[in-house]
Amino acid sequence: MFLQETTPDTSGYMIAGYVITFIILGIYVASMYLRNRNYNQDMTLLDEMERVETAKQAKPAATAAKKAAKSGTKKSRK
Amino acid sequence: MNSKPLALKILDAVSLLLLLAAAYLAIFVAPTEKVMGDVQRVFYFHIGTAWVALVGFVFTAGLSVIYLVTKDLKWDRIQVAAVEVSVVFFLITIILGSIWARPAWNTWWTWDPRLTTAAITELIYIAYFMLRQGIDDPDRRARFGAVYALIGGLSAPITFFAIRLFRTIHPVVIAGTNAEAEGTFSMTPEMRSAFFFALFAFTIIFIDLFWNRIRLGETQDKVEQLKLKVTM
Repeated sequence: MFLQETTPDTSGYMIAGYVITFIILGIYVASMYLRNRNYNQDMTLLDEMERVETAKQAKPAATAAKKAAKSGTKKSRK
Repeated sequence: MNSKPLALKILDAVSLLLLLAAAYLAIFVAPTEKVMGDVQRVFYFHIGTAWVALVGFVFTAGLSVIYLVTKDLKWDRIQVAAVEVSVVFFLITIILGSIWARPAWNTWWTWDPRLTTAAITELIYIAYFMLRQGIDDPDRRARFGAVYALIGGLSAPITFFAIRLFRTIHPVVIAGTNAEAEGTFSMTPEMRSAFFFALFAFTIIFIDLFWNRIRLGETQDKVEQLKLKVTM
């Protein structure tokens, strides 16, 4: 290639190089976007699950407290 | 779920513009190299991506030291981000080099010292992620990752100096005097402008992707902590 006198047409390689660069960067940016979206979805779901769990745990405690309060008032009436 | 800071949104836009401007300068403004033709234009992106990737790998080794001293998982998260972005950029470097080599050396690949050390460096950091995947305990994973990245960091300067220390056909365009290099050339002022602009553009793009990746790591950690909380 280096002994020729005219400039060779290597534009195809150049185009391939730039296209591949943009494709790789595009795929990477897309992967980051998708991973971020999935984590955010997971976070919303887990937040919801945690809220339900704490509500469940709080409910029996609240009913027990209510019962205790009721029995307390009955005793005092007697 | 914290929304993206304005500075990062601006950096995203600037990075995209810089990438397009660097491509424009390389393709339309820089003159065609007489011996190699248009394929020489991949050189601007080849060096730009190699520069940020190799600096990223060395930076990663520095982050390893900080983690090993502080034992703060925040530094592990930053390290993972630096390695991931550097691996992507170095993959582009290797592919562009291979594309350039086809018309210049008449082969896609040869086991030249520079190409070999570059391939080893890329494989070392791909293996870094495989190593991390195999360890469940976050502290142990971070410690192993830090030690591995610290040792792996040696491969970056070896790759950089390979063309200056060994007999190689890879050109040393900047301050190169290797008579055996095939495909070496001297730069015109327009080529120099496109070259330095590409270096600058890729530095900014690296910072942008790095910042985004750190944020992604933070979100990932929050999800993992929530998972632990819910399953307990």
